[in-house]
Amino acid sequence: MNSTLTALAIMFTQLSLVAFGGGNTILPEMHRQVTDVHQWLTDADFAALFALAQAAPGPNMMVVPLIGWHVAGLSGMLVSTVAIFGPSSILTAFALRLWRRFKGNPWRQAVQAGLVPVSVGLVAASAVLIVQAADHTWVLVAISAAVALVATRTRIHPLWLLAAGAAIGWSGFGQ
Amino acid sequence: MGMALRDGERAGMEFPPATAAAPTVGELFRGFLLLGLTGFGGVLPLARDMLVERRRWLSGPEFTELLGLCQFLPGGNIINVATAVGMNFRGIPGAFAALIGLIAAPTAIVIALGAIYARFQSDPHVVHMFAGLAAAAAGLLVSLAIKIALPLRRRPIAIGIAVICLIAIAFLQWPLVPIMLVLAPISIVLTKRMGI
Repeated sequence: MNSTLTALAIMFTQLSLVAFGGGNTILPEMHRQVTDVHQWLTDADFAALFALAQAAPGPNMMVVPLIGWHVAGLSGMLVSTVAIFGPSSILTAFALRLWRRFKGNPWRQAVQAGLVPVSVGLVAASAVLIVQAADHTWVLVAISAAVALVATRTRIHPLWLLAAGAAIGWSGFGQ
Repeated sequence: MGMALRDGERAGMEFPPATAAAPTVGELFRGFLLLGLTGFGGVLPLARDMLVERRRWLSGPEFTELLGLCQFLPGGNIINVATAVGMNFRGIPGAFAALIGLIAAPTAIVIALGAIYARFQSDPHVVHMFAGLAAAAAGLLVSLAIKIALPLRRRPIAIGIAVICLIAIAFLQWPLVPIMLVLAPISIVLTKRMGI
């Protein structure tokens, strides 16, 4: 139990500090650690927890407390939450003071611009892995494709799309 | 970074102050609590609405610059925004109030949903419902990837770096940290040299 909590703390602290570009960029590494390295969850469980976190309000990293809770109960949830939000927040607090000093520095702009393609690749990788984990039947593939299309082309609220996916799933159609 | 400049001692920043008074620790907690509760499918657009238009803790340019800093740093963008806003107005207690306010309600809700999932996961309807929900959530993520990739479409080198990153992570399943340590500096140097 204690070693599980330690492993959760170390894993999420590392992820917190490398989450350049936000929560979605660390999803593939989180998936690899949780399902493969530590084998706490199956692929399908990971996809389900990710979906739950997407359905809930709030920041897009809410899958982390949920994984912690699933792996080690309340203490797992608390350890994971502190580990994922603490280190990056402390860094932000310190960086706030340095930020003004580098304002207008061409390297600051280069770093900012240079990280963009990497974040794009990371988010695309997250999408590939989550689609692989979530879509086992042609109906599920169709739901993902339709949601991706509608969410890209319109400004409809994402919650409607999640609700539609859940409703089609509930009906059992094609499953 | 001109955020908390309501009083003379912290003056000398670039932006004119927003019109409202600096929020207290309690107001920071309540503001971000409400934000966490209402932010379905992305908190960031709502965050601007609350901080700039409704509560007027920040001016528009202050918010944009703050967001730029928060995107540049690791961690969730909105998590970093909450920390930075709290820190600027009320120091460390303010940062805690904003951060805890933001994640408290979503954490409780997500755990409740997880408990429902665990309790009913033998019911085929529930299993199918969550399968459909997971497929829709995956579709949203695909859409996000498309939206953030589109601005790169006329930048072949940037596309190349993004594709290498995608293949290394999703298909070769290499670990993230070494990939970041190699690709990020290469990308930054190429961006600086070639203006891609």
